Amino acid sequence: MPFYVSPEQAMKDKADYARKGIARGRSGVVIQYDGGILFLAPNPSRALHKISEIYDRIAFAAVGRYNEYEALRKAGVRYADMTGYQYDRQDVTARGLANWYAQMLGSIFTDQLKPFEVEIVVAEVAEVAAEDQMYRITFDGSVNDEHGYVAMGGQAEQIAAVLKDRYTEGATLPAALSAAIAGLGAQANGDRLDVTASQLEVAVLERGKEHRTFRRLTGSRLEALLAEAGPVAGDARTGSSAKAKKGAAGQGDAAVPGESAAAPDESAGSSG
Amino acid sequence: MDRELTAGFGRAGYLSAGTSSFADFLTSAAPELLPGARGAPAGLPGADGAGAAASVAAGLPHGTTIVAAAFADGVIMAGDRRATAGNMIAQRDIEKVFRSDEFSCIGIAGVAGIGIELVRLFQVELEHYEKLEGRALSLEGKANRLAGIVRANLGGAMQGLVVVPIFAGYDTDEGVGRIFSYDVSGGHYEERRFHSIGSGSVFARGSLKKLYGDGMDAEAAIGACMQALYDAADDDSATGGPDMTRRIYPVVALVTADGFQQLTDEQAGAVAQSVLASRMSLPDGPSSVQRQIPGPASG
Repeated sequence: MPFYVSPEQAMKDKADYARKGIARGRSGVVIQYDGGILFLAPNPSRALHKISEIYDRIAFAAVGRYNEYEALRKAGVRYADMTGYQYDRQDVTARGLANWYAQMLGSIFTDQLKPFEVEIVVAEVAEVAAEDQMYRITFDGSVNDEHGYVAMGGQAEQIAAVLKDRYTEGATLPAALSAAIAGLGAQANGDRLDVTASQLEVAVLERGKEHRTFRRLTGSRLEALLAEAGPVAGDARTGSSAKAKKGAAGQGDAAVPGESAAAPDESAGSSG
Repeated sequence: MDRELTAGFGRAGYLSAGTSSFADFLTSAAPELLPGARGAPAGLPGADGAGAAASVAAGLPHGTTIVAAAFADGVIMAGDRRATAGNMIAQRDIEKVFRSDEFSCIGIAGVAGIGIELVRLFQVELEHYEKLEGRALSLEGKANRLAGIVRANLGGAMQGLVVVPIFAGYDTDEGVGRIFSYDVSGGHYEERRFHSIGSGSVFARGSLKKLYGDGMDAEAAIGACMQALYDAADDDSATGGPDMTRRIYPVVALVTADGFQQLTDEQAGAVAQSVLASRMSLPDGPSSVQRQIPGPASG
């Protein structure tokens, strides 16, 4: 290398580069509900998935650069199947997988010229909700152990702020979906969220299922669920959240940043 | 990039583009985990290493008879529960018929240890492909993959560690049940109507030949397979009949448009009981005359 670059500067440049890349894309949400864990991401493609099955009770969600998180997803399936084949199916855990991803992303971040522009979530549904596991792993290999809900992507903080208000423990699937949609609606990058079945990728890990618990929700089943999620949001949340959500989805970017910070009560006041 | 990356993890290839085959991945990343990969160690005492290995293999538990038959809604597979080591009964309640994925099942005959490992690898192989590709393999594709896995054990088979599977599944494209048989070299052959493998297969197949009817329903198919296993156990010492005292009954699996389903012990027990009851008066089982097929006697 012809010029000297201090390690601090090199790391900072890489981190900035990765953050910018991630911020350009849409965000995603993973949230617990009474019967399992719900994954939601805006994705118009039916074939290129952001959410995928890793193992019996483990799923993977990612945002960022497709080819990079797809490589990580395949590596994760290989890791999980290898571990399960070598030991036993019950020995494949989200904790092990998250640590393995962290090692891998960490070494890519330090060793490679170009860091991966991805942020991933690994979640495992347990027998009881209290033992569900959710890990958010960022481009530099940091792992965050999350509970209840987790947002990923460039707008994660705004989304998490909304989810903090909207999330309730033991919510039903439509209620959790409604909260997740409200969260995604808080993205401040000017995109408006298209809440239709064809524009969303939705999947669940179902606690009660035997063997493989991962299910994609598509087509009419998702449409029915979205229809159910709308009114539920309105009834449960002082009649205003449905409007707030519609606002986030329907209005331009000007309204959105305020929307993410405003509690549902505030908009209730304005409408009432 | 992969080499640098994975050097620290001791295993190569996790991030490579690679194929969607778990067996291929295992071959490159951890070949020591392949079933039967080691075979017999070279330089065994005695003039002939393979001969010594074969004598060891003879003392290992062996799985015996499996029958499979297509019926109106799909395909059925049933296996007895005995494993033998030489002239001893190694296990009374071994299971040799397995779900391989939602629309297929696999049975094994031969060295049980390697056979069960082979089944595990095949199960992971199918699921691995499904997860990586987002779609399940075609039934032909599954049968071909199994052939590759069986062929990989050819070295072990030459040393006496012989495993032969039988594969059956519901072809979701054509809406029929199909059966594939294998030889140790990985040759695989589609069987029409019914087939059997293992030490008692000759007797089971003879029995099925008489009892099988085209387009029979699930109940008739279960009955025919249970009769065939009884006949195999009747004439082959390595095949176990239904064990009423210990309540150990053959494993019976059905694969239809609704997916894989295995009979519960109660269901299998009820069928076994009725077969046994009918044999009390007819020890050799139902005859073709009773199925009212015109023969010389009726002419």
